[in-house]
Amino acid sequence: MSDSIKPSVAVYKFSSCDGCQLSLLNLEDDLLDLAGAVDIAYFLEATRAVKPGPYEVAMVEGSVTTPHEAERIRQIRSEARFLIALGTCATAGGIQALRNFGNADELARMVYPHPEYLEYLDKSTAIAEHVKVDLEIWGCPVNKHLVLECTAALLQKRKPNLPQYTLCMECKLRGTTCVTVAQGMPCLGPAVQAGCGAICPANGRGCYGCFGPVAYANTESLTTTLRALDRYAGETALLLRNISGYAPAFRKAAETLFSAEVTSHKDPQ
Amino acid sequence: MIERHLAIDSAVSLPKNELDAVLSDLRQHGYQTVGPRLKDEGLVYAGIETLDDLPRGVISEQAAGTFRLVQAGQERYFDIIPGGQSWKQFLFPPRVTLFTARKNGHWRIESDGEPAPRYALIGVRACELAAIEIQDRAFMRADYCDPIYSARHRNLFIVAVNCLQPAGTCFCVSMGTGPRAERGYDLCLTELDDVFLVEIGSELGRSLLAKRSFEPASAFLQNAANQGLEQAAQQMGRRLDTSDLPDLLTKNLEAERWEQVGKRCLSCANCTLVCPTCFCWDTTDHTDLLGKITRRERVWDSCFNPSYSYVAGGNTRQAIRSRYRQWLTHKLGTWKEQYGTPGCVGCGRCITWCPAGIDLTEEIAALREEVKA
Repeated sequence: MSDSIKPSVAVYKFSSCDGCQLSLLNLEDDLLDLAGAVDIAYFLEATRAVKPGPYEVAMVEGSVTTPHEAERIRQIRSEARFLIALGTCATAGGIQALRNFGNADELARMVYPHPEYLEYLDKSTAIAEHVKVDLEIWGCPVNKHLVLECTAALLQKRKPNLPQYTLCMECKLRGTTCVTVAQGMPCLGPAVQAGCGAICPANGRGCYGCFGPVAYANTESLTTTLRALDRYAGETALLLRNISGYAPAFRKAAETLFSAEVTSHKDPQ
Repeated sequence: MIERHLAIDSAVSLPKNELDAVLSDLRQHGYQTVGPRLKDEGLVYAGIETLDDLPRGVISEQAAGTFRLVQAGQERYFDIIPGGQSWKQFLFPPRVTLFTARKNGHWRIESDGEPAPRYALIGVRACELAAIEIQDRAFMRADYCDPIYSARHRNLFIVAVNCLQPAGTCFCVSMGTGPRAERGYDLCLTELDDVFLVEIGSELGRSLLAKRSFEPASAFLQNAANQGLEQAAQQMGRRLDTSDLPDLLTKNLEAERWEQVGKRCLSCANCTLVCPTCFCWDTTDHTDLLGKITRRERVWDSCFNPSYSYVAGGNTRQAIRSRYRQWLTHKLGTWKEQYGTPGCVGCGRCITWCPAGIDLTEEIAALREEVKA
């Protein structure tokens, strides 16, 4: 296949830790296949060589947290035919969206000696809150095999095989004993989108939901189940308000718990 | 050892350590010996070499939504009621490649040329034998026989175990499937304090046992086994009245109870995946980047996944309530019309392994109460 007909791909970073881009670089042998199948036109984490847009596919890592990013994402959208939000920062605001539950100015004053030099938005938000997103691949970081699968699907003009079911499916498919049932360990699995391969339960800990809520998550029932297992006051609320905490389903489920539990159990000051 | 005549359906008393030699003989016959093993605070079915690999002296305490391993203060190997895994994984694997196609000018389809594995299942309960029979009716029909399932089934050797210590979520007596293994095994063990009482169910079972050092089963031992089984039947943790099924389900599709259980159900699919009779699957195609190799895989699916009931134009079961109702009305209702028996064997896995602790025996009882009222 000659370069001229290979679809061009651009990979961008917004507010994020670079982990999703690293997942792409970690494709190793598959990375060579990827480079053979597409024209990697913009990927600063991998190469300084940049080809001008427009691009067939834009993969965007990170959330929008500054006015500059809010402007830049619109520019990227205008140059891309197909836009993929890559990873949970890009799909739900990421771990940095924890600041959305507090006051950004207050936090900035606590962290920086000169917050007046900062330019930031009130909230850390998902790419889809700013521009039209064609495909979201969740995960912290993304599962590199799913990125490859989505790329293959795009090239072949077919629907990608992205799991549409709960994490529990993946535990059962790999034969992992349920940590909640057998050990009383809090796990968000029954409300979480599969995709990681159920890594945490297979290593003896509960899922903390970095792949985000499954579309039909019954957070109300799960919350009832998990609160009975809380090892300290507010554990379920904190579990929901984690990496995917700003995803609407988890945000809503944690809201009531937080006001009821965590504040009433604050350490005396 | 004196050469003794052993007949199929006869029973002998076998010293416990002699089972190691049976396992070793099975491996020499080309079988992979698999049985119960402790792993990650649970009980799984995995490769075993000797009795030492079994969970000796451990039992499982089970209730709705909880499973705990407990040291029982005895030395028996098979008193533990199984965990979330069932034997279906060996006949109906969670993931299996159906074929691979390669494009080299034109497409060439390659089927997986591997011979079916030969499993010797050690410690199969009566309810689990009944579950295998139920899956046989789905996978080995005269008009359509699944080649993967049937090849694996033909290769099976089954050592059954009579249940003497049912768990809190067991109700095989209600379903008429246990606790005694009646058929479908090569050898069947009843574990007594010092020996196994072994019943012979097949010619291969007979020939393996004939090489071992055994005694005739005394009336005392047979009595002890019978008494143990009678006691076990009295100790079922759950009960299910099946007298008005399937009508109770199929005639009350709009009952309020479905709303209530629909609110509790997580639609996580755990119940269907631990169920030893649930057999739904999906087929997915996996292509390489260049579109020159594609692999078709069969993978476990569940009627609790919305994608399962997605058809052109939309999803026929959008609410969790509809999906739970579909599962239970099939499992305990329409399954009978379809295959001649209920789809439930009373093993209790769906109760134990439901994170929300939904109990189908409770749901049926509540539905019956509501209809009566």
